[in-house]
Amino acid sequence: MDQSNLKFTKTHEWVSVEGEIATVGITDFAVNQLTDLVFIELPQVGSTCEAGKVFGEVESVKAVSDLYSPVSGEITEVNEALVDDQSPLSDDPFGKGWITKVKISNASELEQFMNADDYHKFCESEAH
Amino acid sequence: MRNQLATELLFSLSQPGRRGALYPAADVPVKPLEELIPKSALATEPTGLPEVTESDVIRHFVNLSTLNMCVDTHFYPLGSCTMKYNPKRHERLASLPGIVDLHPYQNPSDLQGMFELLYETQEMLAEISGLPAVSLQPAAGAQGEFTALLTAKAYFEDRGEKRTKVLFPNSAHGTNPASAAIAGFDCVQLASSKAGLVDLEDLKAHLDDQTAVFMVTNPNTLGLFEKDIKQIAQMVHDAGGLVYIDGANMNAILGITRPGDFGGDMMHYNVHKTFTGPHGAGGPGSGPIAVRDFLAEFLPGPVIKRNETASADEDRYVLEMPAKSIGRVRTFYGNIGILVRGYLYLRTLGAKGLKAVSENAVLNANYLKAILKDVLPVPNGDLCMHEFVASASKIKSQNGITAMDIAKRLLDFGFHAPTVYFPLVVPEAIMVEPTETESKETLDAFAEALRTILKEDPAFLHLAPHSTNICRPDEVVAARNPILQCCEPQ
Repeated sequence: MDQSNLKFTKTHEWVSVEGEIATVGITDFAVNQLTDLVFIELPQVGSTCEAGKVFGEVESVKAVSDLYSPVSGEITEVNEALVDDQSPLSDDPFGKGWITKVKISNASELEQFMNADDYHKFCESEAH
Repeated sequence: MRNQLATELLFSLSQPGRRGALYPAADVPVKPLEELIPKSALATEPTGLPEVTESDVIRHFVNLSTLNMCVDTHFYPLGSCTMKYNPKRHERLASLPGIVDLHPYQNPSDLQGMFELLYETQEMLAEISGLPAVSLQPAAGAQGEFTALLTAKAYFEDRGEKRTKVLFPNSAHGTNPASAAIAGFDCVQLASSKAGLVDLEDLKAHLDDQTAVFMVTNPNTLGLFEKDIKQIAQMVHDAGGLVYIDGANMNAILGITRPGDFGGDMMHYNVHKTFTGPHGAGGPGSGPIAVRDFLAEFLPGPVIKRNETASADEDRYVLEMPAKSIGRVRTFYGNIGILVRGYLYLRTLGAKGLKAVSENAVLNANYLKAILKDVLPVPNGDLCMHEFVASASKIKSQNGITAMDIAKRLLDFGFHAPTVYFPLVVPEAIMVEPTETESKETLDAFAEALRTILKEDPAFLHLAPHSTNICRPDEVVAARNPILQCCEPQ
C-alpha cells in the first residue's frame, strides 16, 4: 500500500486528507503491537473531535488502548463495519480498516505530523 | 495419572435421578408445595442443576484443585503481584476461635482484643510508610487508591480549591487512571523517559493549578526506583498538588526507605501481597491507606484510637469517625481476615526481618535478571528492585517466539508464568518477580527452563502448553464471539 500520501502521529494514527475531509486510521505497527483486535468503540457521526484527544478505543486480548484524534473537527462518517468485524484493522489498516472521516476545522494541525519515512524510523526506535 | 473424567463439567457428569443423599420419609404431615409457597414464586420448570453423587462432586473439585498452580505447589514469579509464600503458622493463628468467632456487632467492650490488634496494625503501617494516619477500611489496593483520591478531593474542597486533574506516568498500573476516573477526576497520562522513569519535562509541562494528585508507583512497574522522586514530589507540591504512592511494590523498600520520607502524601498497601494474605484469582485483598497528618480528618472511618488515660472499667480502644470523614468505604473495620495475617507477619518479622525481606526480594530479582541477561534482555536499567521487565521483542523479530509463547510453555516445565504484556511501555514484556522466599536452586531451575524453551521449535511453542488440561485457548475467538452461559445448552 502506498503510504506516501499519509501523515502519521506519534500515537500511531494515520491521516489522509482530501479537500477538507481527513480519513483517520491506526497503523500496521499499532495493530501489530496490540495483537489481534477484538473490540472497537467508535464516536458518533456528527460529534466533534479535538486534536490529541481521545475519540474512541480499541481492545485486543492484551490491552485496551485509546484512539487519539490527529485533527480537530466534526466526525462525518465512521466505519461501522469494524464494530462487527475488526479484521480489516489487521488485514488492511490503511484501506478498509479506516476508522473515521473528519471535516477538518483547523488545517494547520496537519503540519506537525510525520511522513511515512520518518514514521518508520520512529517505530524502529520505539520497538527497541 | 490425571483423572480427566472427574474434571468434566458437572453438567456433563449429570445422570437423571442420581443424587448425593436419600432423605428418610417425613415424620410430619406432608403438604403440597402449592399450599406452602405462593404460585408466583414457584418455578415452572426444573432448575437444570446437575444430578451427581457426593463422590462425583468431591472428585470433581479435588481434581480441579490439583490443576491449579499456586504458590504452595509452584514457583510463581507473577510480576507486580508479589506471590510470596504464605506462612502456614499464620493461617493457623488467624483461624483461632477468638478471631474467627467474633461478630462485628458485638459490644465494643467485647472486641477490645481485636481492636488492639487493628490499632497496632495501624501504628505499624504508619511507621513503615512514614505517613502518620491510617485507615484500614479499603478492601483491596484499587479501593485504597480510590479512597485516597476521595480523601484528597475532600481536602481540596475543604480548602475551596477546585482541582480536576490526576496525573500518572504511562507505566502506571491500570487501576491508577481507573480509580481517578471513578473518583471524578480527569486523567492525564505522562510519558516515561528513555530510562523508564517519570519524564520530568513532561511532568513539568502538565503540572498546573488544576493538578490535584500525581500518582506514582515506586519502585515503578519496570522494577526501577524513581531516583528523582524527591524532586518530583517537590514539583507537585510547588504546583499545589498531592503525591500519591501506589504501594503495590512496597516489597522492594520495606525498612529501607519510606514513601513519607521521599515526598509521598498518601499511599496504599496491598496487605495481601506485601504482608502475605493468601491471594490469587482476585482476592481476598486488603488495601489500607496511610496519609499525612493534614489529611487525617478526611479519612474514611471508623479508625481505632487508643485512650491512654482509660480507667480500669473504660474501653482502652475506641472507634472514632474522623471529623470531616468521607464516610465508610467498606462495612465494619475492613477485611479483617487479611489484616490479621498482615499483623501476624509484621509481628513475626519485626523491623529487621522486614528489611531482610526487601533485601532478599531485590537480590533474588537481580540474580535472576543477571543469569538470564544473555537470552532475555531487560531494556531499562542496570539494577532492578524486586522485579524486572524483560522484552521478547528481539526474539520475536528473529524467530517469531512471543512473550505469550514463553509464558505458556513455562507451565509445561512446572512454573507459573510471569506477567506478560505489562507494563505497556515495554514491547513483548515479561515481568518477573521472584519474591524473597525462593531459593537459588529454584531460580536456577527457572532460568534453565527459559533457556531450554528459547531453543525449542517456535511452531511447537506457538501451541504450548502441551501438558495442561486445557491447552492454548483461542483468546481472539473467545473475545470476539463469547459464548456466555451458566448451564449446558439444552
